[in-house]
Amino acid sequence: MPMQAEQIENMIATALPGAQIAIQDLAGDGDHYAAHVIWSGFAGMSRLARTRAVYAALGGKMGGDLHALQLTTAMPE
Amino acid sequence: MMTNPAHMRIDALVKANDVILFMKGSPLFPQCGFSSKAIAILDHLNVAYESVDVLQDMEIRQTIKEYSDWPTIPQLYVKGEFLGGSDIMMEMYEAGELQQMVIDEGLAKAEG
Repeated sequence: MPMQAEQIENMIATALPGAQIAIQDLAGDGDHYAAHVIWSGFAGMSRLARTRAVYAALGGKMGGDLHALQLTTAMPE
Repeated sequence: MMTNPAHMRIDALVKANDVILFMKGSPLFPQCGFSSKAIAILDHLNVAYESVDVLQDMEIRQTIKEYSDWPTIPQLYVKGEFLGGSDIMMEMYEAGELQQMVIDEGLAKAEG
């Protein structure tokens, strides 16, 4: 069951309070998205840890319902 | 977990190769955009690498996700250590970190 952009955004926002999240639908099929997440909580986290935090926010959907999520993370300027 | 045969096969592969990419398809015929992006980066780095087509080996395809605690493919390992998927490879490449790692770890392909 493909996911909606809002669903992805809400799940990340719930787990990463205060994060700025931009979701882009790459293919219009509910299966290929790009997400850019800016969150102060990433401070001191390795790239792997940051991505794992976002994957955890998606509660196991990653690699399942959500086939492809191109993810970039950043700290607030 | 460690006794799972697929887990042991992955562990052996990861330890036996300085650079190994678990991907969908092969370097010549990647079967997914993220895997082809990972291959393009490795080719730019001019490093010798091993690749494993998880589409040909469902046991590895499932177990690799537990092995690295990472839900997606491709997965890159350098000197036995999990580095990440194509997004992290791209970020590291753009930051010059992969190029530095190739030098530091002496991974560049021999010339000629």
